Amino acid sequence: MTESPLLSVTDLVLGVKRSKGSTVIVDGVSFDVATGNRFGIVGESGSGKSMSLRAIANLLPAGVNVMSGSIKYNGEELVGMNRVKRRRLMGPEIAMIFQEPMTALNPVMRVGDQIAEGPRRYLGLSRKAAMELAVSMMARTGIPDPAKRALAYPHQLSGGLRQRIMIAMAISCRPKLILCDEPTTALDVTVQHQVLRLLEELCDDFGASLVFVTHDLAVVNQTCRDLAVMYAGRMVETGAVKDVFRDPRHPYTKGLLDSAPDFDQPGRALVPIPGFPPNLAHRENACSFAPRCPFVQERCLEGAPVLERVEDGRESACFFSDEIFKKVRV
Amino acid sequence: MSPDTSILRVSNVTKTYHLGNALLEKFSKNPESNSALTALDGIDLQLRKGEILALVGESGSGKSTLAKILVGSVAASTGEIQYQGSPMPARRGKDVTRRIQMVFQDPYSSLNPRMSVGAVLSELLLLHKIVPRREVRAESIRLLNRVGMEEDALDAYPSQFSGGQRQRIAIARALAVRPDVLIADEPVSALDVSVQATILELFTTLRDELGLSILFVAHNLAVVQHLSQRVAVMYLGRIVEVADTAEIFSNPRHPYTRALIESIPRMTAEGANDGIVLEGEPPSPFNIPAGCRFNPRCSFAQVACTLTDPALMPVGPTHESACIRADELPIFSSIPIHQEEL
Repeated sequence: MTESPLLSVTDLVLGVKRSKGSTVIVDGVSFDVATGNRFGIVGESGSGKSMSLRAIANLLPAGVNVMSGSIKYNGEELVGMNRVKRRRLMGPEIAMIFQEPMTALNPVMRVGDQIAEGPRRYLGLSRKAAMELAVSMMARTGIPDPAKRALAYPHQLSGGLRQRIMIAMAISCRPKLILCDEPTTALDVTVQHQVLRLLEELCDDFGASLVFVTHDLAVVNQTCRDLAVMYAGRMVETGAVKDVFRDPRHPYTKGLLDSAPDFDQPGRALVPIPGFPPNLAHRENACSFAPRCPFVQERCLEGAPVLERVEDGRESACFFSDEIFKKVRV
Repeated sequence: MSPDTSILRVSNVTKTYHLGNALLEKFSKNPESNSALTALDGIDLQLRKGEILALVGESGSGKSTLAKILVGSVAASTGEIQYQGSPMPARRGKDVTRRIQMVFQDPYSSLNPRMSVGAVLSELLLLHKIVPRREVRAESIRLLNRVGMEEDALDAYPSQFSGGQRQRIAIARALAVRPDVLIADEPVSALDVSVQATILELFTTLRDELGLSILFVAHNLAVVQHLSQRVAVMYLGRIVEVADTAEIFSNPRHPYTRALIESIPRMTAEGANDGIVLEGEPPSPFNIPAGCRFNPRCSFAQVACTLTDPALMPVGPTHESACIRADELPIFSSIPIHQEEL
């Protein structure tokens, strides 16, 4: 590769400081997002997917720290970057869309002003020009009657409209990287469909890249090209969405796919994953999925597998990936 | 349809909420201004014995209001609910209340954090005199086992459990009084996929083993398709289509149902839907459109649709739709095209 990827996360370790040592909640996450790509991170609650995303946006909750690793944006290191400099990136370069638009919007500020805030600050637009831009962005996200809606407060809008406001706010400075934290979980299917379409269109139009965190496998399939599956703070499988869905190479991915209802296969029985995710405070030197894995063997309890290449463009963190899925590595 | 197959029958139930001050409104300059919110507008529905009936629709369609009316926590404005053929009184006695139980969406807020699981269960068992006092513990253990939990959960508090386990406890609580009907309001929406599958499995087992009739309120159509026998689709306070599950997904006869199915995110690249996107959002329940309430968003709407308000009419042996053009709709093609496995 000649060009460096837009976003490059390498061996990211996030931890919570405790009185005795610290608990690692994200352990060695690495991924690259090329310009224009849409990258999904899938996992259950507590898998560390949202924390990894927040680390990129420098929005980690108090107490959670980047312990090691690097996050490079356009070749520039974000970890340890000067605070002012880093804040300047948020908006014109990196934008984030949150899960719950009601809590992420300022309840006492008109939505138009909230959208215009970024362009005024970062693009140096006048109040009037920024407002015009805000209205045009609202129109771009499919909000009917944007000039009137710009004067509304968040509580006067429906969930779908609020999420569109969030998107308008995120794209108002034409960022090159959009981070989405379950942006459609709180929405109805019909509105979800509209919002996902919109995100795709906007990314294509603006040439922006997307990092999309969700627990909904079907949503990833609709939106992203590549994905990473996270379990207990580690990445267990990566690859192109269509390959991973058709032919998973990690028992956890397989478990997730088997437990999710697929609309196109109504007759298929749902197979739950037995057991519970491990307690991250007592991580053992073993595969974290071993206690729940139907294919577990002695070796799985003796050391943690690392992500390694199983095919072109695909990685899996399982010692027995080839045996379980009956593959011959080439 | 013979009346003995239905355990709950809802006839012409409406629910309106009046907002604002009625007196002020009387003297207001604009007497036409509508402060009545129509949450339910003439619902007819039956829940058959031993079936899982799914109720789907967008938020604001009134599905949760209907669920609350069925369990008796909200009173209907007009209409009647029959339980096993006899009308339900407006104020329900302990015995009727016992027969219809509810499982809520969020297991984090529906359990009292200060009561141990054993206390929650024994309170109900004693209040409703389900078992003699000395058998309460044994019965509680039996209930926990029924939902796939162990005896040691009895002395623990809800905060000690994960979301899936809490939902199991909530289900055990609903089962404690030995109901005939379970109303589940989005019981798996707050859970992870892998946990969701276990709870869905539990609902199926309960229906098979205890003969429970379950009304399953949901917005995830993929879940509905896997779980239920029949589906009722709600839009703006009305039921617009009812049919058997296989029938409704292969041959939907209402444009709104079609739009819902088109919106389902798919699991395969081949299935990824690029069909029509339903534009806009449901209109305000303060101001329901004239004619068919779906006509402003409907891609098949004609002039006639703005004039007549269609009622739910049979379009097949087990299929009802509230669309005047139900017979003219083009053949639906969102059925899986790729069938490599077969």
